[in-house]
Amino acid sequence: MELFVFVVAAAMVLAGAVGVVTRSNPVHAAMSLVLTLFGIAVMFVAHNAHFLAAVQVIVYAGAIVVLFLFVIMLLGVDKAEDLSVEPITNQRPLAAIIGVGISAIVIAAIISSRAGLGASGQGVNQTTVDSPDANIRQLARVIFSDNVFAFEITSVLLLVAVIGTVVMARKTKSVGTGK
Amino acid sequence: MNSVIFAIDPLLEGNVLWTPLLIVLVKVLLVFVVGLVATMLMVWFERKVIAGMQNRVGPNKAGPWGILQTLADGIKLFFKEDLIPERSDRFMFRLAPYLALVPAFLAFAIIPLGGDFRDGKGGLVTLFGHQTRLQLADPPVGVLFALAISSIAVYGIMLAGWSSGSKYPLLGAVRASAQMVSYEAALGLSLGAVLLVSGTLSTAGIVNMQSSIGNWNIVATGFVPFVIFLIAATAELNRPPFDLVEAEQELVGGFNTEYSSIRFALFFLAEFMNTVTMSALIVTLFFGGPQPISIGSTTLDIPFIPNAIEGTVWLLLKVLVFLYIYVWFRATLPRFRYDQLMDLGWKILIPGSLGWFMLLAAQRVGRDAGWDQIVVTLVTAIVLVCGYGLLLAAQHVSRANREKDGASF
Repeated sequence: MELFVFVVAAAMVLAGAVGVVTRSNPVHAAMSLVLTLFGIAVMFVAHNAHFLAAVQVIVYAGAIVVLFLFVIMLLGVDKAEDLSVEPITNQRPLAAIIGVGISAIVIAAIISSRAGLGASGQGVNQTTVDSPDANIRQLARVIFSDNVFAFEITSVLLLVAVIGTVVMARKTKSVGTGK
Repeated sequence: MNSVIFAIDPLLEGNVLWTPLLIVLVKVLLVFVVGLVATMLMVWFERKVIAGMQNRVGPNKAGPWGILQTLADGIKLFFKEDLIPERSDRFMFRLAPYLALVPAFLAFAIIPLGGDFRDGKGGLVTLFGHQTRLQLADPPVGVLFALAISSIAVYGIMLAGWSSGSKYPLLGAVRASAQMVSYEAALGLSLGAVLLVSGTLSTAGIVNMQSSIGNWNIVATGFVPFVIFLIAATAELNRPPFDLVEAEQELVGGFNTEYSSIRFALFFLAEFMNTVTMSALIVTLFFGGPQPISIGSTTLDIPFIPNAIEGTVWLLLKVLVFLYIYVWFRATLPRFRYDQLMDLGWKILIPGSLGWFMLLAAQRVGRDAGWDQIVVTLVTAIVLVCGYGLLLAAQHVSRANREKDGASF
């Protein structure tokens, strides 16, 4: 059963990922991204990480991709792109080289740690499975005690991004021709 | 105790047994049918009540009191010609109604539909020697499932508007997505207060905590989260007074302008289904769900009905109140303007629910630490007032700056 769930979820993730890259229409690509995110959420559930799965759907599928779509629709770039035009010269060969390089690194990492792959895991922490709320309690304890500083720094980063966007999007006096 | 609750209907764990499988299948079928029938009756109820409020008769031809009008409309829509606009994105155009419909049905799965929550029974009933709940699923993430589903529902509307390939539906879809994403924040934050008081995410657990009126979350969380949740839920449902998504005077019909036949019927179904689900969710979160009304130790008991079924009756009565309130909203309140809608969401509901959440959390910390409750409440209130004052000052400054720049709003 676990294998079946894994195969289906992995197929969803891969199909979505391929779709994001190959679909020429940005909206279709964004929907492929949703498919990928759902596949990952299914994998989280299969590993008893229910809370992460819910957050994955709420935050990524429910908010971030919706904002992607929002921007796509507002900017009016929702036409199929002509893939034969290269906006940056030589980007295709460069992309191919980088892609091959990254795959080589990943394969090297897998080969070098091959010994660890066969070993069985420590199994599921039983407290997180028995009580549904224990999962959240453990996550909260880790985030708000051990890693509270990193957590706060991340939120400051998001705040900086928001303020930066507002500053950039706001019209200055010289540009504004309201009068 | 928790392991017992979690192990209810253990599908796909160990050997697949026939009894749990059958129980789950029957539950799925039942929830599906209940959802459809409830939606059908809701459409009729809304039309009839609105007609009453506007001094009209309303549907009265099909069946007694016109109760079969929705069925007749559905059958009619089924046989209408199905149009696909030439400039549409055909795949997305076909997909969108299902993206709207499926979440509407899924969200219904976590509502406790009945069961006996009295005397610590926790809503468990025994069917064919198996303990089970009268709800389709009680996932560990509980209410978050409803939030996730409602955040998925926006795709149906958004893609419907975009894929139609015409202007008004696109405008409707952009409005809808902005509105739903904005109010989802207020919805989630007011939900936080309920979760703080209940201490659990599971819907059955939340119902179980609300044994008498004093324990109902509307009282326990201090009324404000309920008001915020009700407003945000109305906006999330795109119902009047927040129905800018399909403002007929401005957008023809909004995101579903180009839809006809059964595809339109699916949107219509999803919309009313969501209304029923949201009412049931409000009752579950704030009004004790299937719990009977009881003050102190006196419980209002309906005679001659077994307690497990009585829960369903209570749920039905409570949900009916909220369905009526939604219809009432529609009949009486004029539509919001778009900037008013965004102001209400971002400047009042979100800071309000955050502030209230802080107040509740402070009281909890104060109780644990043994501080004086009155002092804690006062200090928190002062902090909140200062914070809100700063917010107002910031808004004032920004408006002054905009006016200096020559903006007219």
